Amino acid sequence: MPKPAVLLLKDGRKFHGKSFGAEGETTGEVCFNTGMTGYQEILTDPSYCRQIVTMTSPHIGNYGVNDDDIESAQIQVAGFAVKEETVIPSNWQADRSVGYYLRDQGIVGIQGIDTRALTRHIRDKGAMNGIISTEDDDSKSLMKKLTKIPDMSGLDLAKDVSAKEKYDWSGNGDENQFKVAAIDFGIKYNILRLLEDHGCGITIFPANASSHDIMAFNPDGVFLSNGPGDPAAVTYGIKTVRELLGKKPIFGICLGHQILAIALGAKTFKLKFGHRGLNHPVKNLETNTIEITSQNHGFAVDLDSLPDGIIPTHLNLNDNTSEGIQSKEFPAFSVQYHPESSPGPHDSRYLFEKFIGMMQHDS
Amino acid sequence: MPRRTDIESILIIGAGPIVIGQACEFDYSGTQAARALKEEGFRVILVNSNPATIMTDPDLAHATYIEPITPDYVEAIIRKENPDAILPTVGGQTALNLAIDLHKNGILKKYGVRLIGAQVDAIEKAEDREQFKIAMDKVGIDTAQGGFVHSWDEAEALLEEIKFPIIIRPSFTLGGTGGSVAYNFDEFQELVENGLQASPITEVLIEESLLGWKEYELEVIRDNADNAIIVCSIENIDPMGIHTGDSATVAPAMTLTDKEFQQMRNWSILCLRTIGVETGGSNVQFAVNPETGRCIIIEMNPRVSRSSALASKATGFPIAKIAAKLAVGFTLDELPNDITGKTLAAFEPAIDYVVTKIPRFDFEKFPSSSGHLGVQMQSVGEVMSIGRTFRESIQKAMRSLEVGLDGLEPKPPAEGDPDVSRARELDMSALRFGTAFRLLKIQHAFIDGQSVDDIFQITKIDPWFLNQIQQLAYIQNDEISKEASLRELKQNGFSDKQIGRMLHKTELEIRELRKKENVLPAYKVVDTCAAEFAAETPYCYSTYDEENEIVPLDGKKVIILGGGPNRIGQGIEFDYCCVQAVFGLQDRGFKTIMVNCNPETVSTDFDLVDRLYFEPVTFEDVLNIVEFEKPEGVLVQFGGQTPLKIANRLAKAGVPIIGTSPKSIDAAEDREKFGSILKTLNVSCPEFGTGRTLDEVISVSEKIGFPVLARPSYVLGGRAMEIVYSKEQLVDYVSRSADVTEGHPILIDEFLEDAFEFDVDALCDGESVHIGAVMQHIEEAGIHSGDSACVLPPYKISAKAMDEIIRITTELALELKVCGLINLQFAFKKGRVYLLEANPRASRTVPFVSKAANLPLARIAAQLAVGAKLKEFGLHQWDSHHHISVKEAVLPFNKFPEESIFLSPEMKSTGEVMGISESFGQSFRKASVSAGNMVPSSGSVFISVNDGDKLNIISVARDLKELGFSLTGTSGTASELNRNGLKTETIFKVGEGRPNVVDGIKNNEINLVINTPLGATSRFDEEAIGRACIQKGVLAVTTLSGAEAVVRAIRQQDSEISVYSIQDYHSRIFAQKSDLSKIPVTA
Repeated sequence: MPKPAVLLLKDGRKFHGKSFGAEGETTGEVCFNTGMTGYQEILTDPSYCRQIVTMTSPHIGNYGVNDDDIESAQIQVAGFAVKEETVIPSNWQADRSVGYYLRDQGIVGIQGIDTRALTRHIRDKGAMNGIISTEDDDSKSLMKKLTKIPDMSGLDLAKDVSAKEKYDWSGNGDENQFKVAAIDFGIKYNILRLLEDHGCGITIFPANASSHDIMAFNPDGVFLSNGPGDPAAVTYGIKTVRELLGKKPIFGICLGHQILAIALGAKTFKLKFGHRGLNHPVKNLETNTIEITSQNHGFAVDLDSLPDGIIPTHLNLNDNTSEGIQSKEFPAFSVQYHPESSPGPHDSRYLFEKFIGMMQHDS
Repeated sequence: MPRRTDIESILIIGAGPIVIGQACEFDYSGTQAARALKEEGFRVILVNSNPATIMTDPDLAHATYIEPITPDYVEAIIRKENPDAILPTVGGQTALNLAIDLHKNGILKKYGVRLIGAQVDAIEKAEDREQFKIAMDKVGIDTAQGGFVHSWDEAEALLEEIKFPIIIRPSFTLGGTGGSVAYNFDEFQELVENGLQASPITEVLIEESLLGWKEYELEVIRDNADNAIIVCSIENIDPMGIHTGDSATVAPAMTLTDKEFQQMRNWSILCLRTIGVETGGSNVQFAVNPETGRCIIIEMNPRVSRSSALASKATGFPIAKIAAKLAVGFTLDELPNDITGKTLAAFEPAIDYVVTKIPRFDFEKFPSSSGHLGVQMQSVGEVMSIGRTFRESIQKAMRSLEVGLDGLEPKPPAEGDPDVSRARELDMSALRFGTAFRLLKIQHAFIDGQSVDDIFQITKIDPWFLNQIQQLAYIQNDEISKEASLRELKQNGFSDKQIGRMLHKTELEIRELRKKENVLPAYKVVDTCAAEFAAETPYCYSTYDEENEIVPLDGKKVIILGGGPNRIGQGIEFDYCCVQAVFGLQDRGFKTIMVNCNPETVSTDFDLVDRLYFEPVTFEDVLNIVEFEKPEGVLVQFGGQTPLKIANRLAKAGVPIIGTSPKSIDAAEDREKFGSILKTLNVSCPEFGTGRTLDEVISVSEKIGFPVLARPSYVLGGRAMEIVYSKEQLVDYVSRSADVTEGHPILIDEFLEDAFEFDVDALCDGESVHIGAVMQHIEEAGIHSGDSACVLPPYKISAKAMDEIIRITTELALELKVCGLINLQFAFKKGRVYLLEANPRASRTVPFVSKAANLPLARIAAQLAVGAKLKEFGLHQWDSHHHISVKEAVLPFNKFPEESIFLSPEMKSTGEVMGISESFGQSFRKASVSAGNMVPSSGSVFISVNDGDKLNIISVARDLKELGFSLTGTSGTASELNRNGLKTETIFKVGEGRPNVVDGIKNNEINLVINTPLGATSRFDEEAIGRACIQKGVLAVTTLSGAEAVVRAIRQQDSEISVYSIQDYHSRIFAQKSDLSKIPVTA
């Protein structure tokens, strides 16, 4: 029988459950994801750095985990909270259970809690820090530990998850049509896989790469990746992007979108509980069509702050927040959501073609 | 794009009668569509032959035609109404087929009507296997390997691509024998050669076998801007090989990785685009090889379906409503998500619970069927349940089925149960076939210690589901269950009854214990978004998670208990009554709460009531809701037997049952109590008695005198009811029906042979009585009223007898202190009126009467229950209308080809149709056409009748002769007719020689069969005739009065088709000054 575990939120709400994955203690900002598939991709998405993710879907682990469905080299979430773990997975690809996967990488989780109640709480009160523990059940002492954790606002996490050194994703650069410099703020593998599929040879640069570093590489285009934390805190990235504007075609996703927007003069703000799921409707304002998108962000670009130089291209239909922009002046565009999906719908893959088109046009 | 302005009026085609494979889900979708289009200001015209539907309620459309859904009749409607467009996608296969026919016959073109929602070429491409396969291959969607071949050489060539086992399916064979499986080359050669020979176009389809593959369905919606969304994914627990309608299914899909699911999603949307479904909902089916993950597309339906109804209820996304709006030009981002009230229809629902659907079967009604499930659908209804885990969900589904199960656990043997079979050991080989209760056998196998792998090898059910069932079996282990906390047990879905059995306590003791430990249900809601947004009109389900997120509804409120799963004997009619009761209570300012578990129905639509509990209609679950909501009253008289069965216990537990009291309902059910009431009222009834043991039953029967009518008490739909002619037969009967009686006594009635039967529906407020209708059955006594055609008003009864019927109805309703509806059945024989039955509750005929007489009986009855008086309604005389309405039953014999087609006291029909016109013949004709009975206009009639009918058949035969029919008959009947100057050819019975009557039917030489039952000896003959008739679509009449009615219908052959809307008919009913005209439109 798994050990008892607790999840305590910063406002005092406490959930009692059982240990899931590794035993121990972990802290992070508690957020929920409404996706009904894709927990392995979510676990390994670097954008979830320092976050405790709860899945609204009740049975987690049904199809186990495998070596293919990863979005980075390791599990990235700070903690994992579910209604129920599936101990014995069933899928032809499964080679481990999700519980084993978490234990193996020392990730602390909790199961057997009312995840819907937790979700409703976060929805009403906003995303907040929390602590999962299998060792300590005392609210006072847990709360003490919890107060030491910084808030997500103002936090630069990109530097933590970024590659420390430049490296090549795909080796045989000569055969590739385009040379792409990807700035890694916490990049997901599937972005790289798709760029590769589109004929790009990619070199990954650390988050703190300077515009000089990038220009020295002389890429056909620059990609700004997704990543965790507050975009406004990634000042070095914003600086780099500002300096690259107009020099190379730029495509940003998620944190990359926010960084591009700030570089172009817009502001960002923290959403109450963020968008995390696979079902967010986004309207493409150029074609007037709807894409069902995969999303994972706690901050957003403030539409009211967009300077004249930015055209909003995509809008979230749930709350009318910014989902995409394009610079009037420069060959630069970005989207807040995840066109690379993984997990999630594949409706927005055309954006990669758009980037290719920009690089073609530019060369 | 906003609403289209180029169309103003739209004809919605309904699905017709409830049949196996097409049930009340199309009332739900048709009702939603009609409301949605009306809301947008269109003139809505509607055709459906099924009077038991909400969609044919006069309030719902501007013009409602209860007419046959055939090209002739629909052309007449088009001619009259001149609609701009036809919506064919909400009425099942019936509506799609009709749309194609209207196109082929040039009717669409002739009247300049266009189709909306789906175009002809898209429908054809989706329906034609070969075209579909080619289209899918072209865009890179994988299909089953194989193809159509026209020679052995072509077939042999295919062997290079496909591995054994291989399915061989001859094209266009009569009777559609389906596919056969070849496991080796020899079998393959034999089956292909036979198949080529059997196919009239020398074509067979050869495909790789998908048996044992996992099966999925995706519900897709597309709008005219090419936006597409997936509403829901559904995973079948039963793998490929069992019709998806007969499979237990769950939503969302449980065992797919994101990459696998996204491929299905992509293909679903690509499929719609490729087939050309412009707007609306479609369902796309896939099979996945469990070993390799290879996914192939099976088929798609370019319309709303049973699965889309399920998907709507499972997610809160009203597919039919949205599809209707998309069909008239809107795009998804222009339509609101009505559940959240804040977001749009352009999104994909996220669900944070597990939905389980389990079909309900009625195999016991069709003893000839093997009970094995296959590619042809056999279930008659379904339940849906919601839980936070699969285990909780499936246990709730099992107890929702109302087949005596308390959860996923075989029925416990009752004390002193004579049927030892229940305690028998499990035969593992029985798991190989899908059956109604295979999941229970699997649970049993786990209790017996079988492993997941063993069971997987036999069943190919995904191990994920098997593991979950094994967990339930594990908990039931004595030692484990004793240690588990009550909360844990409840979280695993165990009912109080099950827990009681584990802990050797009663259900009520467990209930008390639970309350003491504060283990109470938490109600959570279906909100389309997994709690991401607060919801405005969600619906609720119970679970035993931590947080209850709803508070009791404010204000005066009444709970209406629904009818649970459809089954033979209790179908859509009761859902109609429940929905009408809701309208009635709303008229009186009450808030309404519905409890039901049937996903197909209008009653479980999200915005019908103020609050919907999607819950099993059992004592435990209902009492939980009542204790939580504390309503002013609970209505039990509208949902059929389902709520009545628990009414007494609810009343005893302090639940405020309103309307007729359970005591009165009991008094009518209890033959002894009822008998003494009848005596005081001086009412004749057939002699009767009750027996609890075989000896008692025999002595009672002998005292009454054979033939007698034997039946168990407390059974609806005449289940296990038989006419018994001798003592031997009686002994046999008692031994067979022990299973259904379960300790309840067996009732014995004198059987009134050859009597006329009447049905009465009436209202009573305790002070006065209003007769709603007196209907006369066309079939004579001895045939279940649900299977009998009936006529309103009656066509053959003396005024004196009618007065007596009205007197008895009135006095009895008052005596029983009925507050609401009462249904009575009478027999009339030799100048005397007998009361057969009285049921103080909504009956199956309530919707028919309501439509025929423009009298919303159930709506009024609900108001009586909350204190309204009849006089407030200003009701008109029951017989003041000038049209004649005929109700005809629709029987499922084509699905059970081995079954006897003779009608009996046991109800077998699945649905009903109505014909309405100014003459009996015309109305009967319409009803026959709608029921699929092809009334011939000329040709040859075969007559074979029993001795009792021989004299009376002469006039029928003479009429047919005069109408130009030639007569044939078996030797006995033929000689009788010849002696009366009616030239009749003699034809052999089966076994007398060849060619015999069956050959005649098969050679299209016989166009009408009149064959009344001759008793057990000629059963073989009769069944062979019946089967041949079904195969060839020849009308077979099995009663004399039915034959007389057919003659009248034939007489109307050449008269012009005339159609009027029921609004028209109603306006011609004697002008009434009633409050009803002021009732707000409910649409």
